[in-house]
Amino acid sequence: MSYDRAITVFSPDGHLFQVEYAMEAVRRGSTAVGVRGGKCVVLAVERRALAKLQDPRTIRKIVPVDESSVLAFAGLTADARVLINKTRSEAQSYRLTCEDAPSVEYLARYMARTQQKYTQRGGVRPFGIATLVAGFSNDSGEPKPVLYQTDPAGTHSSWKAQVIGGRNAKSLREFLEKNYEEEMDEATCVRLSVQALLEVVDSGAKNMEVCIVREGDVMHMMEEAEVDVVVKGIEATAEEGKSKATAGDE
Amino acid sequence: MMHFGPSPVIGADILDIGTRKAQQEQQHRGVGSGAMRPPSLVLGEPGRFEIPNVADPAHFCAQNFASASGGKDAGQVVKFAKGTTTLAFKFQGGIIVSVDSRSTMGAYIASQTVKKIIEINPFLLGTMAGGAADCSFWERNLGMQCRLYELRNRKRITVAAASKLLANTMNSYKGYGLSMGTMVTGWDETGPQLYYIDDDGPRLKGNMFSVGSGSTYAYGVLDTYYRNDMTVEEAIDLGRRAIYHATHRDAYSGGLNNLYHVTKEGWKKIHSIDVNDMHYEFAEDKERIAEARMAS
Repeated sequence: MSYDRAITVFSPDGHLFQVEYAMEAVRRGSTAVGVRGGKCVVLAVERRALAKLQDPRTIRKIVPVDESSVLAFAGLTADARVLINKTRSEAQSYRLTCEDAPSVEYLARYMARTQQKYTQRGGVRPFGIATLVAGFSNDSGEPKPVLYQTDPAGTHSSWKAQVIGGRNAKSLREFLEKNYEEEMDEATCVRLSVQALLEVVDSGAKNMEVCIVREGDVMHMMEEAEVDVVVKGIEATAEEGKSKATAGDE
Repeated sequence: MMHFGPSPVIGADILDIGTRKAQQEQQHRGVGSGAMRPPSLVLGEPGRFEIPNVADPAHFCAQNFASASGGKDAGQVVKFAKGTTTLAFKFQGGIIVSVDSRSTMGAYIASQTVKKIIEINPFLLGTMAGGAADCSFWERNLGMQCRLYELRNRKRITVAAASKLLANTMNSYKGYGLSMGTMVTGWDETGPQLYYIDDDGPRLKGNMFSVGSGSTYAYGVLDTYYRNDMTVEEAIDLGRRAIYHATHRDAYSGGLNNLYHVTKEGWKKIHSIDVNDMHYEFAEDKERIAEARMAS
């Protein structure tokens, strides 16, 4: 059997079903939220219930790609590993050739290009992952936080806040749209991301991983205790709001 | 099937490795079978060219085409067009790039009006020394790569990256008899930069370089009178004098002195003076100084 038959072919009405099925695989993955603030980017992912005997440190869903770029993904973990590896090699190759760090946009574009290639070749299937890449860009002299998203179709775009993966991505996006403000500080960004995740995550801090990307290449993974504090804070505010509402009813 | 040139052609698909499509393409390329088939119809493929269809192409090239670094022209079947003085130096006011314009094939002066400075883009210059064909081809190729970089990344390429691209090309053809000694210079977001690149593969960052058969004479003048705090006029004068002295003593350098000045706003061509005219100008100066000394 020859392998130059494409697996991704057009349907009569112009759909690429394999790509759409790949996006469905992303929806089955665990949720990842990215929020861009005034001086930071926050990535928060849902950590699905671990088996008791499993070591949680070996399941990282937020990974560094280059010294100044961090990535969170949603979808098939194995596909993510392959794509991240390619991107890391490309980042180093860029550093070798251009003697400079690759921009977040360059890495997002490379991943998007790779994902697109796999929708147009024989014998391969599309990657079943969407990614959020966060970092800082130096375009206009001053470093500014940036957040990019890629998807299985091979597109990439910049976002102020975005949700990928999980069944409720759409409603979470609406939640973010309602509550997003420009130039938020770090604490507010963390609060907003955790709040969004709480809508889908079962119970609190132990099922979340939160990472703050700061200027100067600092990728700070928040400790569970820190996240717990934020969760408690959000729950407390929610309680207050509820009791006020019921008080008003009487 | 032998495969020459830098890593697989731009646009080749690694996903095609092992498929029938890739095998067919390699057969079609048919490197070295020019005798049996008309020259490849795939013209203008960036970064590839055909190699002599012999067992040891590097040895063949070294035997028959003398390289600027080590080989001699005497007794060669094909004498490359070369022989040059080029120089460039950084100073407080930017970068001065000054070159001659003579091209020689053995003892024959092929041209007195060669442009040895290639304008890669409004902020990047490249100089040429060594084989004229090699220089002009690969630097134009570099220009194409720089333009592609601009289009893909929406910003100008840095001098460091541009020089790296050229050096990588030289490295992948190392041993195949290319002859090129060039300086890549320009002004990017990190300031003025000057790199020297050779057909042997080295890539050196520096403040002052001179390349070519007349470089030793130019270095003599440059090393004596160079100061970082020169004014722009002094720097331009130093640049043209160094070339003049090189063309005066080196038989393979001469013609015109083309001089460029690179600043934050980009490069600007300052002048194109016949070195003969400079000879008489300096001769007059010498006479005047001698007379003044006699008088006092």
